[in-house]
Amino acid sequence: MDVLLEIKELHTGFRMNDTFYNAVDGVSLSLRKNEILAIVGESGCGKSTLATSIMGLFDQRTTRIQGEILYQQKNLAALTEEQLNEVRGLEISMIFQDPLSALNPLMRVGDQIEEGLIYHTDLSKEERKQRVLTLLQQVGIQDPKHVARQFPHQLSGGMRQRIMIAIAICCKPKIIIADEPTTALDVTIQAQILDLLVELQKETGAGIILITHDLGVVAEVADRVVVMYAGEIVEEAPIKELFLHPQHPYTRSLFHSIPQMNKKSDRLNVIEGIVPSLIHLPRSGCRFADRIPWIPQEAHEENPQLHEISPGHFVRCTCWKSFYFNTRKGERYV
Amino acid sequence: MWKTIVRRLFIMIPQLFVLSIIIFILAKFMPGDPFTGLITPETDPARIEELSEKAGLNDPLYVQYIRWIGNAIQGDFGISYTFKRDVGELVGERALNTFWLSLFSVILLYFIAIPLGILAGRYQHSRLEKSIVLYSFITYAIPTFVLSLVFLYLFGFKLEWFPTSGSVDIRYDEGTFGYYWSKFYHIILPAITYALLGTTGIIQYLRSEIIDAKAMDYVRTARSKGIPMRIVYSKHIFRNSLLPIAAFLGFTITGLLGGSIFIETIFGYPGMGQLFVSSINSRDYSVITALVMLFGFLTLLGSLLSDIIMSIVDPRIRIE
Repeated sequence: MDVLLEIKELHTGFRMNDTFYNAVDGVSLSLRKNEILAIVGESGCGKSTLATSIMGLFDQRTTRIQGEILYQQKNLAALTEEQLNEVRGLEISMIFQDPLSALNPLMRVGDQIEEGLIYHTDLSKEERKQRVLTLLQQVGIQDPKHVARQFPHQLSGGMRQRIMIAIAICCKPKIIIADEPTTALDVTIQAQILDLLVELQKETGAGIILITHDLGVVAEVADRVVVMYAGEIVEEAPIKELFLHPQHPYTRSLFHSIPQMNKKSDRLNVIEGIVPSLIHLPRSGCRFADRIPWIPQEAHEENPQLHEISPGHFVRCTCWKSFYFNTRKGERYV
Repeated sequence: MWKTIVRRLFIMIPQLFVLSIIIFILAKFMPGDPFTGLITPETDPARIEELSEKAGLNDPLYVQYIRWIGNAIQGDFGISYTFKRDVGELVGERALNTFWLSLFSVILLYFIAIPLGILAGRYQHSRLEKSIVLYSFITYAIPTFVLSLVFLYLFGFKLEWFPTSGSVDIRYDEGTFGYYWSKFYHIILPAITYALLGTTGIIQYLRSEIIDAKAMDYVRTARSKGIPMRIVYSKHIFRNSLLPIAAFLGFTITGLLGGSIFIETIFGYPGMGQLFVSSINSRDYSVITALVMLFGFLTLLGSLLSDIIMSIVDPRIRIE
């Protein structure tokens, strides 16, 4: 299996009051060719920070990136802004969450798609215009000539996200990072955009890192899933394995909190507590321990590691072995 | 779009009508009368009465108003009491002087303020930014008349680099090169003073717009395309940051005729600002009312112009 991108012990910290607080804390993962890797977690778990770190889009004065992001024998984390520009857009590109704010309101969308071509290819002006039209067709836009001359506000949400995708694929990148690409869209449009992503992935053979908090999206498209909590990977497994045998208490709680149509219940299941803020995050021990207080302390590992419990299935800490849910009536079930 | 512009121009008519009534009433309520200075305590009351009667000041207010507005519509704003000249002609001459002074001032102002604002925004947290902000606050804190007087004293009287009053040297005949050069020469010092002091708004606006724009999602998108930072700034950040400046451009253009009261008065420059002050001091009703009407009209026109400019530079805004 060809590894496209390998991340080793990545720490991304933000400066607050002259101290760096890590939002991504020791994440290691790899992306293979032809693979859609989903990164799941609730807001604030560090998944977007991880994506933005790969692209090197942070302000270097307020952010500290440690560890390695290996792409074709290059460590992206150590490159300068100029060197990164050789990679961004050409080798690795990114799709953002809200396509309205992610597009420049004063520029025609055709010109925004063309921009990457100007700096990464030797195409002439006519060839570039032609390529923009082809790209628009590729992302499923009916009337490319007309749409290319539109401004972002004149398009619908789904169309805008298609434009974002066209921008991302304009130079046939090897890796596409999609940061919650469907969050800002209607459910019907979500499915279309996901289908488009999968289709393009098959066509180009690119690896996709899909960042989302929507398990439904994950089930639909992902090959492998990484679950993140408080800056760490807590579970990693192939898609089927994760959905059939989720092990880590956090993953199980996530699944548990999905409302079930066939079960009658008046209240939704929730995970107690909130994600700790960066400053108050416990930096040692099991980071999820505070949110499952009914599990005895001895169940947790002192220094939780990822354990491979079946081929390709990793779980952090040992607490999963003794985890159970409490029903509201006080019964416990596993 | 043309339809809207014509409609907006028509809407101005009732607005100007209301303005004219307010101006007329306010002018009438001002203490004193145009004869202040012409008469002494010894003047025969019959003489004053005769003057008032002749000027139509004894007629009822509404008659005076109708007479005034009727003439004004035909472009006749009456005769200035103090200058003994046709008001239209007088204002036209002053407006032209002010226009050249303002135009040069504003161009100079933009040349100073826009680069400084861009630098301050681009290099946030740098020493350069701090000095630019300091400069803009210092010039904001200095009253116009103080710097005007300092410059006038220093460059006008002490060093004698620039003339100290007037708009043109009387030695030259109209139409010659010397005449126009002399006009320009008289503008330089007041324009520099104005430009140095007026930069604060533009610098601060641009600086904060650029700082805001840097954090925008579309800038992140642009960076994710791998284009050089230089291009990200010129194509994405600056254009978006200049929008609020463009929004004021309409008012700036029509404001060219308004003139600066302080600058013109101190530099003895015969422009609109100076005319306005002197006409108030001498209760020169016909000039005051004409000027305020003109300023009102220019403000309305400025807002229309601003809307038109915005619709050109920002595709999200369309005049329908």
